[in-house]
Amino acid sequence: MARWILISILTLGLVGAGVWGYQEHQDKNAILIQAENSYQRAFHDLSYHTDLLHDKIGTVLAMNTQQQLSPQLAKIWRLASEAQADVGQLPLALLPFNKTEEFLHDIGDFTYRAAIRDLSNKPLTDEEVKTLEQLYEQSGVIKNELRKVQHMVLENNLRWMDVQLALATNDTQGDNTIIDGFQTVEKSVAGFGEEDAGPTLTGVSRENHEFRGLNGEEITEKQALEIARKLFALDKGQKLNVTKTSKGADVQTYMVSYQKGDENGYADISVKGGHPLNVMVERPVNKTKISLHEGQQKAEEYLKQFKLPGLELIQSRQYEKEGVFTYVSTIDGVRIYPDSIHVKAALDNGDILAMTSRDYFMNHEKRDIKKPAISEEQARSKVNPNVEIREHNLAIIESDLAEEVLCYEFLGTMNGNTYRIFINAMDGSEEKVEQLKATEIKFSSEV
Amino acid sequence: MSKKRSFLYVGLAVLMMIIMTTSYPGKPVEAFSNQVIQQGAVGDDVIELQARLQYLGFYNGNIDGVFGWGTYWALRNFQYEFGLEIDGLAGSETKQKLADASKYDENFVKKQIRKGRDFTYYGGIPKKQQVEKKNTGGQQQPKEKKQQQADQPSNTAVNVPNGYSQNDIQLMANAVYGEARGEPYVGQVAVASVILNRIESASFPNTVAGVIFEPRAFTAVADGQIWLTPNETAKRAVMDAINGWDPSGNAIYYFNPKTATSNWIWSRPQIKQIGKHIFCK
Repeated sequence: MARWILISILTLGLVGAGVWGYQEHQDKNAILIQAENSYQRAFHDLSYHTDLLHDKIGTVLAMNTQQQLSPQLAKIWRLASEAQADVGQLPLALLPFNKTEEFLHDIGDFTYRAAIRDLSNKPLTDEEVKTLEQLYEQSGVIKNELRKVQHMVLENNLRWMDVQLALATNDTQGDNTIIDGFQTVEKSVAGFGEEDAGPTLTGVSRENHEFRGLNGEEITEKQALEIARKLFALDKGQKLNVTKTSKGADVQTYMVSYQKGDENGYADISVKGGHPLNVMVERPVNKTKISLHEGQQKAEEYLKQFKLPGLELIQSRQYEKEGVFTYVSTIDGVRIYPDSIHVKAALDNGDILAMTSRDYFMNHEKRDIKKPAISEEQARSKVNPNVEIREHNLAIIESDLAEEVLCYEFLGTMNGNTYRIFINAMDGSEEKVEQLKATEIKFSSEV
Repeated sequence: MSKKRSFLYVGLAVLMMIIMTTSYPGKPVEAFSNQVIQQGAVGDDVIELQARLQYLGFYNGNIDGVFGWGTYWALRNFQYEFGLEIDGLAGSETKQKLADASKYDENFVKKQIRKGRDFTYYGGIPKKQQVEKKNTGGQQQPKEKKQQQADQPSNTAVNVPNGYSQNDIQLMANAVYGEARGEPYVGQVAVASVILNRIESASFPNTVAGVIFEPRAFTAVADGQIWLTPNETAKRAVMDAINGWDPSGNAIYYFNPKTATSNWIWSRPQIKQIGKHIFCK
């Protein structure tokens, strides 16, 4: 009797486990299919967008009227950015596919800049047309390769989940058609070579040049330690660790760090000249005792030791218990926005917690500032008349084309919002308009 | 006898209470603390500043306790009208003038803020008319959490770096915490910088979410650790990165040499090692 009871309980348990397992299996499958579908969508979208991209560039090449050109270029720009977003959704992060992504980015950049230009005044130059022709050809190659992969995927019912698995296990032997296909695409893009893209396609990303502002002799590790010790105001007994950056760094620095109780610090000291580029101290910050204004004074006191001339505060903000201050250098009252320095002060006792002068030393150089070609009045007339201008001064900013331009800077308000407007001081064109929005309602607290 | 005594005590107590309440009429009537209030500041002084400026009709924005651009222009206009030096700073002279010219009913203002009501505070208009009645019924949650409120500033807004929402910051903090919670602080800032550098980079998506959720980009996303609740340190690391610190040296990749599975990652030019992570281009 007892045996039968036991057997029936076990059978019931077995059946139960079976049902449960089956349901789990179903659930897992459903989720896998979901994931697979979203990969598939991204992939098919990608090949479709590349195809369309190719077509559109072809259309633009055949176009004659300038009025039509701008919208078409804008369309290409949009397609390129969508294709890029598609790539971002595929599990390719560890597969070298960045040449293709960069290619898409370059197309986007090129067409964007052409599209925003007043083409009736400045039509496409011969060189630009040539670049477009090249882009047409190259996008054609990519399109064909992608269509081939797509065909294979559809023909053989290939699944992206397998790609993910293959990449995860780093299985190089197992040939995976999709991976191979994408590698072919990548190789074909790499074959285009850098110079093919034309001179207009380089130097758009900021921070792509070397550090111009660093001067002075190379320092030794020992000197770096001394500089850091002084910077952190540490006594002789405090142990400091130091390492040097590897070869791939834009700028060689000594990285000095220390641990003192619950406080730890880090500094990047440039090998050339021994300038502190990054300074960070981490410690618990207590209740706010001093005002943001006092924090600013502390920050300025701190900056004095670096002997950088003519810094002007352009922004101060309190984030909970810390104040962050942004400074730019000025020459004869002209603000040099690329030369910026940030300082962070703890508002419990005014200690400086962090400083970064990377941007400053990257961009700072001897500049001769030209006289503006237009007057402030003329520049003012270029600003939207609905904006009430409240402040103005001269400034150097980096334009969309990564060039430094002299501008009139206007701060003004419209409908209760504040805007910063830069008007080129040479030709009066509107270089940049930004809405200054620095606050957001608290979502978290239910006040 | 004992009855008489107790009467006496009660009488004394009542007398004491009367004396106390008359000699300390609530809070001391003093305007502002003695700090110089400048743009970017948050807290009670800013609430008072905004309320007083609004009382006089200079400020039309929300009284939210954050000294933003709207407050800045209002203050400058006030300084201009009252013949003060126009510097956009609320120093002692400005605060004095402001306190003399306006009234500040702290209880009223704080109460509206605490109750989360839409309200204004213009002088010369009955206060009751300036409070927006919420007709959402059901009494918006009973949130008289006094203890908590007491030591928290009552500002209803916060500063955020240009172009970022608190939610973006939270998402990044999640990623940083999931990826690098055991790392030194600088290492966490560097991981946050990598996310930002990727947004800038040509070969990655252009949004915070795009970069973070790119399949196979971050292990913390793949194994779900991104949904752990980040601590304050991770959040501060993200804020530092957004505010301009990049200790990674402009890196767009990083990996842990002990656990890296891909050979390809070793071929990237390396910049530096912080904690367990090697940062590279």
